[in-house]
Amino acid sequence: MTHLAQLAQELDQIFVLAAHWLLSYLPAALQPLCSAILSVAAIIIVFATLFALTTWLERKGLGRMQNRYGPNRVGPFGMLQPIADGVKSLTKEDIVPITADHAVHFLAPVLLVTASFMDYAVLPIGRNMVLVNLNAGVLFFFAIGSMMELAVFMAGWSSRSKYTLLGAMRAIAQMISYEVPLVLASIVVIMQAGSLSTVSIVNMQATYSGIWPHWFVFTPWGFAGFVLFMVAATAESNRSPFDLPEGESEIIAGYYTEYSGFKFALFFLGEYIGMFATSGMAITLFLGGWSAPFSFLTWVPSYVWFFAKLLAIISVFIWIRGTLPRLRMDQLMNLAWEFMLPMTLLNLLTAGIWHFMPAGSSRWLVCSTMVVVPCILLSRGLKHRKKFQVRTYHYSE
Amino acid sequence: MVGEGILKGMAETARNFFGSFVSKDRLTTVQYPEERELQIEAARDFPFLVYDGADWQQGMRCVACQICEKECPPKCIFIEKSKDKKPDANGKPQFYPAVFNIDISVCMSCQICVEVCPFDAIKMNVDYNLSTDDRFAGLLLNKQRLSKSNDYYRKIHPTEATAVDARLAEERARQKAKAKSAAEAKAAAEARLTTTAVQPASGEPR
Repeated sequence: MTHLAQLAQELDQIFVLAAHWLLSYLPAALQPLCSAILSVAAIIIVFATLFALTTWLERKGLGRMQNRYGPNRVGPFGMLQPIADGVKSLTKEDIVPITADHAVHFLAPVLLVTASFMDYAVLPIGRNMVLVNLNAGVLFFFAIGSMMELAVFMAGWSSRSKYTLLGAMRAIAQMISYEVPLVLASIVVIMQAGSLSTVSIVNMQATYSGIWPHWFVFTPWGFAGFVLFMVAATAESNRSPFDLPEGESEIIAGYYTEYSGFKFALFFLGEYIGMFATSGMAITLFLGGWSAPFSFLTWVPSYVWFFAKLLAIISVFIWIRGTLPRLRMDQLMNLAWEFMLPMTLLNLLTAGIWHFMPAGSSRWLVCSTMVVVPCILLSRGLKHRKKFQVRTYHYSE
Repeated sequence: MVGEGILKGMAETARNFFGSFVSKDRLTTVQYPEERELQIEAARDFPFLVYDGADWQQGMRCVACQICEKECPPKCIFIEKSKDKKPDANGKPQFYPAVFNIDISVCMSCQICVEVCPFDAIKMNVDYNLSTDDRFAGLLLNKQRLSKSNDYYRKIHPTEATAVDARLAEERARQKAKAKSAAEAKAAAEARLTTTAVQPASGEPR
């Protein structure tokens, strides 16, 4: 039995042990640098592969939701489609508008991809598998996440096209609006955990009472926080139904209209990598990171759980994309400022009350009411303020 | 409450997602190069020339009257009339098109050539697999490429083809009857002529 447990533990730590073994051949002075390079390379390879897999999954899933087959020509079940897409985007002509600001135009996709990969520095992918255990990890994550806005605006501004500028304006308005509920929704976890370190947040959730884990999502404020966080994350990563910045039917492709070939592919990559990063953060904060969902499943390696949760969230993203139409700009803003923001603020209060009330069913009752009642009232407010009037335009007469 | 409609919609997409694995009827797509659906009867794209019988050169209905060439709005038809006459499918000597070209890169599928043809010789095709790597010669269809048998026409537009066949058969019958009556009339006139011619001849000696 102990033998089996040890085997499970070794399997869990296999990548950590392998890295140590590899580094032991190097002189001590080079070890920290090489360790960092090794981890960064691993992150880039793994998540770029996940990106390729996701594009295939997304196209297949969306196809099935629309009663189509999806890609099925390249390789078995079209699985080699991402490779074909990559080859295609690499061999395409790279067109830069004559009036564009060449340097900024070039830097924008690079910055986007760099920023989105930097997010992974603080994500614990498995037990002891985190690039740096910053004591302000969550803060670092959101700070880097806001760099993506800069990249988006650089792209929109430098292209010198009305579509890119409109798309960038929309993107900035949307991303800044949703950054507020995103951060506020995650504060409840920081309050409860008393730490900004992602590693200690996960460690707190990786304990069990009976077979049940102590994930924050299994509390009223945690559940509300998780849902709010995921909605804000969808908007942050510019995914349907919040894909106004791209808005294919209105402004062509938004801020990356003037990008082609591999730069376009980099934008695509950056967006997906950013989406995985925010999903990974949601997993870390609310879904117990790499911890198993039941205490009797802890023998499964921790990184398996992390990626299983990540894939589950990605599938929900795809599912949502296959279901919902795009929001209008005013609906988007109303949702952020009139629903999400009050809900996240109230959720802070709920989390505080949960902390100070004695454990038991009374605390569940009070906190659940505090989540459900405002949600119903606020959503009613969203629904019933429809004013129908004849639209008059100043310049139409 | 916000989200009710979202959940309903997500149930619908989930039903479609799993349903597409279970029942093949849901999948509306056709795996194009391998399987092709027959075109609907009312479909049309570019004209073709109908011929009767088995030999496309002999059975060609077109008599090179050049009406379609003159009526064609984008002027995509080019016809060169023959100098000699050849017997058509009915054995009647007719002119025939020495050259008949249609440039389908110009054709706008208006069907006017079909409407004006008095011989039911030109009809609309439904074949859409016309992409080619030669944008000049590949899209300029010559007489041979344009010729399709009447059987083919019956296959792609059954109702229309039946009507045309009936009309042609009627016409043929009428012509045959006319020819027969004309022959009879001629014979009768000849007979009368001979009798009238004979009478004075017989009476002359009187």
